[in-house]
This record gives sequence, structure tokens and C-alpha cells, in this order.
Amino acid sequence: MKRSPLKPKGGLYYYMQSTSGIVGALLLLFMVIVSICAVFGWLPHDPLEQNVEFAMQGPSTTFWFGTDEFGRDIFSRSLDGMRRSLTVSVSAVSIAATIGVTLGILSGYLGRWFDQLIVRLSDVIFAFPAILLALAIVSTLGNSWYQTSLAIAVVYTPIFIRVARGPVLTVKEMDYVKVTRILGFSSLRILRKHILPNVTAPIVVQVALSLSWAILTESGLSFLGLGTQPPNASLGLMVSEAQPIAAFAWWALFFPSAFITIVVVGLNLVGDGLRDALDPARRSS
Amino acid sequence: MSKPLLSVSGLGISTVQDPRTLVNSVSFEIMPGEAVGVVGESGSGKTLTALSILGLLPRGVSVAGGSIVFNNIDLTKASPEMMRNLRGSDISMVYQDPMTALNPVMKLGRQLLEVIESHEKLDNGSVARVEAALREVGIPQVERAMESYPHEFSGGMRQRVMIAMALLLSPKLLIADEPTTALDVTIQQQILALVSEQRRKRDMSMLWITHDLGVVANLVDRLIVMYAGNIVEAGTVQEIFTNPQHPYTHGLLSSLPSRTDKSRKRLTSIPGVPQKPWLVGNTCAFAPRCFKATAECTASAPKLVGTLEKSVACFHPMGDK
Repeated sequence: MKRSPLKPKGGLYYYMQSTSGIVGALLLLFMVIVSICAVFGWLPHDPLEQNVEFAMQGPSTTFWFGTDEFGRDIFSRSLDGMRRSLTVSVSAVSIAATIGVTLGILSGYLGRWFDQLIVRLSDVIFAFPAILLALAIVSTLGNSWYQTSLAIAVVYTPIFIRVARGPVLTVKEMDYVKVTRILGFSSLRILRKHILPNVTAPIVVQVALSLSWAILTESGLSFLGLGTQPPNASLGLMVSEAQPIAAFAWWALFFPSAFITIVVVGLNLVGDGLRDALDPARRSS
Repeated sequence: MSKPLLSVSGLGISTVQDPRTLVNSVSFEIMPGEAVGVVGESGSGKTLTALSILGLLPRGVSVAGGSIVFNNIDLTKASPEMMRNLRGSDISMVYQDPMTALNPVMKLGRQLLEVIESHEKLDNGSVARVEAALREVGIPQVERAMESYPHEFSGGMRQRVMIAMALLLSPKLLIADEPTTALDVTIQQQILALVSEQRRKRDMSMLWITHDLGVVANLVDRLIVMYAGNIVEAGTVQEIFTNPQHPYTHGLLSSLPSRTDKSRKRLTSIPGVPQKPWLVGNTCAFAPRCFKATAECTASAPKLVGTLEKSVACFHPMGDK
């Protein structure tokens, strides 16, 4: 059906106007497909299988990305590591976004002492360097994947509180919110259906950006030995393990690092694309 | 005589901290089916009075005294939950600026359904009810309008939607706070006619708030004139327009441009600026600007005396012409 020129164009249309958005989406799509392969075990080799016979072999037709010092297939391990990184960061950001956005919106809407309390608490968390705080939490909680997610979620919740709270302060003073009060809507309805949909744009962008930071944090934790534990594969852990042998087996370091780079760049580009698509001021006519 | 639907007596509104009087001992009544207009300048307390009826005074401002009895319920003592239930269903309001008063990301039909859902359960008839309400206020192609977003509508059409929203649950009292200031003049007339027609049809009481005497003249039964947080004069439209007693009302009316006067003289104005309500103290608020003021006017505050048809708060009323 032909679009009427008067009808608003869909969000996808505006997203596709942004080159960085398209590139980012393709990179991200690639990584997601790769992770799905790992979930279903569609890998050329068992990522945990050691075979000293093939240790430290360069990339070949059998071992696409080569092997590490134990003869494990780096391609299979990278895919499995990507799956783990994505799982941890997606769950961490989901938790952080849910709690952060809820607290941020309530804080902005209710104001008074509740707002003060929430803002001060997030200031406290902000005062710690992200990776140090995550390290501290992981070393107390333990290092299974959900504990790692939880630690990362705690670190990123205040960002969502801020991102949600700011626009709520503006939107709650809008006439259409005043009208909902005049017409006797309950506070819950006002928050859910009239404020939340009007503050989603910055939150959506923040989700994409936070995902990339969360992947970096997860890799950092694993690199330091506090995230995923050997013999399981994780991108950060693989980089750490490749360190001593990097001088004679570059592939062991290169491929996991490249995966981290691609997914982080992809997510940042998606964030850019979303920001362009959601911000009416940036839309070129 | 029937009982008033709304009876405001001795209503005082002031700031919470460092108490400053904003509205001082205001009393008036609205009968079932009656339309009452409140006129006054910005800051005269007319909007605050309306908001206090809805229980929606801005933060930091509260009712300092008096009572607002609606349908035998004292609204100044009602719980927030009870007020919420009354708002939108028994007492409703048409908002000033239709351009910004609709949620930009929600379809119009859905927004109207929200009003029903806030007070009752949605059922199979709800959509038909919303469509009927939109048809009633003169929205063409109702089915399409239900699926439209506010930005697809003009200001006049949006104000019609706002009116449909306010009337959806058949309120007993409709408050209209300058519902036409944001519209151009021809659309203004249509909207005013629409609201008037709906009021007559439903036998609904109305409180019109405006600074424009010309707008309310044909729409209301009685007028209340407010100045610096006080009612200075109240009475039937006929009485106030033909025989204003308070010097302020007199000044307001003589500053209206006349269609028949071709002399091209400057419009008459009242010298000075309105006083801040909290600085008035126990005097007549209008005394500093009044050409009839005497020592008596600054010694004590005049009380509003008279009948429902005509009452005035002045020591030296204009007298009959």
C-alpha cells in the first residue's frame, strides 16, 4: 500500500536513514546469530575439548581461528564466549533498566524526600569507578553468570535513574499530564500510560549504549579472573589466557579481541542510529 | 427553591510557607443547571478558586479556611481518593490550551477510553459511547478520528475532543477555564456555542472562568467579579452589565470597546495596577485605584452585601444610573 504523504512515517523509516544505524544493526545481527549458533551447539568443535596434538595451530580449514595452548578450537570458543558475554550483559541491562527506570520515573514524579533519597543514593553509586564497584560486588557475591549480571546491574542502575528522571521532570508539567489529573486518572495510570511513553526515547538509546558498556565490564571482570571461570569460554577470559602466548600465537589474542570490538562498536552505532531516529530535531525532512 | 449544587463559603486560599493570602473569604453558590461566570484579572484568584474545587491546588498552596460543599460533600475535607473519583466524573473541566492538552503519543479514541476506564469498567459499549461523545461535539468521520493522533487535528478540533473528554461521564458541574483563549475568533464562537448547547441539553451546571467580559455575557446566568483575591461584585448578567455598582466593575465595563462608538477616542482604562492579594490587609483592595475612595475605604474591608441577584462589596457604590 502506498503511504499517504500526510501519514507519519514509521520509526523504522527514520532508523534506516542513518548509515551508522544500519552498519551497527548488521554488526549486531551478526553477533546475535553467532550467539544463537552457540546456544544450540552448532559449533565445528566442542569449545571445551582439549587436544594437545593440535595445540597452538594457526588458522586453517579445520580450525578457522586456530587453536590455543590446550588445542581447543578458538572459533568455537569465541562463539561460546560471545553467547556468554551477551547473556550476562543483556540480563544485567534488563535488570538495571527495569529497576532504574521505575525508580527514576517515581523519583521524578513524586519529588520531595523520595526524589532526594533516590538521587543521593545514585550519587553514591556514581562515586565509585564502575569496574571497581563491579569487582567488589562480584568478589562478595560469587562469580556465576547471574551473580556477574547482578553486579553489573547495580553499577548501571543509577544511569537509568538519571536518564528516566530528567525527562519526567519536564513531562509531568505538560498540560496533557495536568489534564489527566483534572479528569481523575489514578497516579499509576498517569505514570504508566501518559508519562512513560513520552520519556522512552532517551531510555531506548541508553539501553543500547549500556549493553556495550556491560559487555566491556563483563570482559574486564573475566579478564581479571572474577567473571567466567576456566575451563568455560568467555571473551575476556580468552584474552587473558592468550596473553602469555600472544608472541607466538597472535590468533589466540586477535579473534576474541576482534569479537569484543565488533559487538561494542555495533551497539554504539545502533545507539547512534536510535538517537537519530527518535530525536525529531535530527530528522532531516 | 432548590438546593445549590455547589456552595462555596468563606473560602480562603494561601501559600503554605510564609502564609500569603491569595484568595480571601470567597463565597458563592451554583444552582443545578445554572451557569456562573467568574471574571477578573490575572492573579485575582479565579483560577485558584476553580482548582480548589477540583482539589488540585498547586504544590505549596492550600485551602486556609472555609468550605466547598458539592452535592452535600465538603470537598475541603474529602480524601484524595474520593476527590479523584469525583474529578472527571461529577466535576469536570475543559482546559485552556487544546494544543498541548492531549497526549501526543496516544490515539484519540484510546485517550477517551482512558477517561471511562479511570472511573468505570470498560465494556462492549464503551467504544460506541466514545464515538457518540465525539459525534456530539461535531467531530466529522468519527471512526477515523478515533484512530488519529492529536497532531493530525487543528486547535479547534482538539478543543472539541477535550470537550468530549470532559463531558464523557456526564458531569454535574463543568468548569471552563478560558477554554477559548488559545483559539482564533471564529473558532472561539463555535466552541462557545457548542459548550452552551451541551449545557442546556444536559442541564449541567457550569463555572466559566475568564478575563473577557464579552465572552461570558451571553453564556452565563450570573457573574462574579473578582479583584485581588476578593469578590467585589456578584449578580445577574443583566444587573452587572446595565447597572454595575462597584467602581471596579464600572471601570472594567467602560474599558470595553464599543461597536457603535465611532469617535476613535482612546479606550478608557483604570489607573494603576492590581494590588497583591496578600498586601491588601483589612482595607478595600481597590481603594488605591478607586476614584471614589475615602478614608473609610482604607480603614476597614467592605463586606459583600446584597441578594443573589445583586451584591456588592463597596462603601460607596456607584448608585443607580
